[in-house]
Amino acid sequence: MRKIESDYGRFKSIIKGKIKQNLRKYITKGSLTAQTEKSKISVPLPRISIPKFTYNNKQMGGVGTGPGETGTEIAQGDAMKVGKGKAGNTPADHSLEVDVSIEELAKMLGEELELPKIKPKGSGFVLSRHNKYSSVHMQGPESLKHFKRTFNEALKREIAAGTYDPDNPIILPVKRDKRYKSWKITEKPEHNAVIIYQMDVSGSMGDEQKEIVRTEAFWIDTWLRSQYNSIERRYIIHDAAAKEVDEEAFYKTRESGGTLISSAYKLCHQIIDNEYSSQNWNVYVFHFSDGDNWSGEDTKHCLDILRYRMLCKVNLFCYGQVESRYGSGQFIKDLEDYFRDTDNLVTSRIESKEAIYTSIKEFLGKGK
Amino acid sequence: MKLSGELSTLRDEVRLYAKGYNLDFYEVIFELIDFNEMNEVAAYGGFPTRYPHWRFGMDYDYLAKGQRYGLQKIYELVINNDPCYAYLLKANSYTDQKLVMAHVYGHSDFFKNNQWFTHTDRRMIDRMANHASRIRRYADQYGFDVVENFIDHILSIEDHIDVTSPSRRVASLKFREHGEKDLLLYFLEKAPLEPWQQDILWIIREECFYFAPQRQTKIMNEGWASYWHSKILTEKALENSEVIDYADNHSSAVVQHPQSINPYKIGIELYKDIEERWNKKEPSQVNLGMHKIFEVRKTHNDITFLDTFLTEEFCERNQLFVYNYNPRTGNYEITSRKFEDVKEKLLFSLTNLGVPFIYVQDDNYDGRNELFLKHDHQGIDLDVRQAFAVLENIHFLWQKPIHLSTLVNGQRKLLSFDGSEQKERNV
Repeated sequence: MRKIESDYGRFKSIIKGKIKQNLRKYITKGSLTAQTEKSKISVPLPRISIPKFTYNNKQMGGVGTGPGETGTEIAQGDAMKVGKGKAGNTPADHSLEVDVSIEELAKMLGEELELPKIKPKGSGFVLSRHNKYSSVHMQGPESLKHFKRTFNEALKREIAAGTYDPDNPIILPVKRDKRYKSWKITEKPEHNAVIIYQMDVSGSMGDEQKEIVRTEAFWIDTWLRSQYNSIERRYIIHDAAAKEVDEEAFYKTRESGGTLISSAYKLCHQIIDNEYSSQNWNVYVFHFSDGDNWSGEDTKHCLDILRYRMLCKVNLFCYGQVESRYGSGQFIKDLEDYFRDTDNLVTSRIESKEAIYTSIKEFLGKGK
Repeated sequence: MKLSGELSTLRDEVRLYAKGYNLDFYEVIFELIDFNEMNEVAAYGGFPTRYPHWRFGMDYDYLAKGQRYGLQKIYELVINNDPCYAYLLKANSYTDQKLVMAHVYGHSDFFKNNQWFTHTDRRMIDRMANHASRIRRYADQYGFDVVENFIDHILSIEDHIDVTSPSRRVASLKFREHGEKDLLLYFLEKAPLEPWQQDILWIIREECFYFAPQRQTKIMNEGWASYWHSKILTEKALENSEVIDYADNHSSAVVQHPQSINPYKIGIELYKDIEERWNKKEPSQVNLGMHKIFEVRKTHNDITFLDTFLTEEFCERNQLFVYNYNPRTGNYEITSRKFEDVKEKLLFSLTNLGVPFIYVQDDNYDGRNELFLKHDHQGIDLDVRQAFAVLENIHFLWQKPIHLSTLVNGQRKLLSFDGSEQKERNV
């Protein structure tokens, strides 16, 4: 190992510590959630450089070179790097944007919230095929030529034939020297999971509530993705009627109608039944609402669907109730009363952004 | 990897050219290394054997990323030592190596002859290795985190030595009317520290004194090396086929940026300007200009160099300007092209290595062994947030409340940290 590796490692672990320290802030802020499609996430970090007595940058100014009249703008306020004007004898300010992979972030989330590891069910019924380049063949396309092996073969041949000249070590491979990389197909068991998000988009759910849902969903995704080989996500919105939409529409749609929660549960159940047999899939269902259902009768209907049809097919059913000025918030009480002893149904009240942190823990803390 | 084959022939050739121009250098040992090694060596300030600390890892990360994204590339690195060590990038083209070698001989001549380097240790490579083994030993004994944490606190005040009198490196504290500027020395003698902590403090102070002249002569040193690579290559070493590659490389080294001055560019231009002016003074005498710049490289540092030789024509020709922050627009804007303004701003930014003047004035403030520091305000305020962070670090060393007197927007203030709370009050 090179010497710098250990210092670099120390630096990395300091950064990780900082990220962990600030994890609660990142979780509640939701500023990271815009980057879901990348495998790495840029996390803005407070400076970790060593504090020194320095001049106030705004008063300092400096000397530069080039054309321009008095009054010409040469840099925007925050773009100016500390120390740049000082004839380059101080290293530039390291303001940190650290790239963290989703896996790392999930791991930190897990450690910070003490989330238990999920034991997938279905015992890897689904097999997936991977190509692994693990062998060498005599034939193959030129693009897969194994240079080192080819060279070795040619060198062996030339030495054996006595044509190798150490002072002029030119090796010319002929056809039978050539070696090519080749692959084997391996099969690996996969644990698949599907997350079905349902959200109430009736008039009483405002932008603030939706932002909470979006942030929470991001962290749920992040965690579950770290636990399974592949994840599918489905989105259902509902007011008095339910429909399936894509992710974007899920967060953007706003309806004005009333609320029939059972409509969503019916659709959700249908999707599970048709596409995600519980033998092969780990199914996670999340439902976010302000807890205002149209009638007690519909609520009764919901409870029945859950009890007799849905809960036996899913790993976990989570109900998150976001606070709204208009909602009565009755639904969560009904759920809690009815499913007091049910293991795979979790409820959580998310009154504000700050509550996202504990809510994630409530949802995922069961290790289901 | 040592030089061999055509590169070692090239070194001999370049070395002879340098000798032919009367450059008087420490012999140079060249090593060929790859990108990763170069970034590593650079992160350690040129000393691969340096003591372990996370900030070297941070600098490495910064350099490696900058290189990966094509923002920067280090061609060469040279160590002030006798013999001089120089690292060349393996991937440099033959022409690049030629330029870089000539450049290195320029640096080596500067290290050997410039008077600000007189007090530097020319066996620094050995000494750094010795420092590292001492610090490792303390880490084994007291715990890595404990030692590293202590170093973190010291580094907060590492800039505060007295660079104007390098002979004070080995001196001890004396009463000074304006207070003590060498904070490291002050803490070494007065702070309640364990012997191992004192030793680490001493080590860090030694290294600061070693690096200080390089910071004091950045413009002169880079300018000198650039002057010589340009002269040796264009007058002697360059083949016709290499001219374009050379010009490309040279121009990227001396490129100008709007937000800063490039020490390579300003340095080389100023030497050329001095040479030309002195040649014109007495046209009958040959080489007067050349004699002059050899003399300049011996006695000056960046501040006296610019103070003595910067002219109005020079500023105009090189399009120097002063910029300042405009609170109304929130941007940095050009505020003046006047020679006096440019010169004043340049000199200010170089004074005391660009670091605010901080003095210890009293270590029995309020009769309670509290430390009283004074910022000698020279027109620019401190960054108050940073200043408080430094006070917290100093408190860790002093273990009693720390006070700093400074001006903020013209108002005299006392910033204090008592171990738990930051306080700011008007005086």
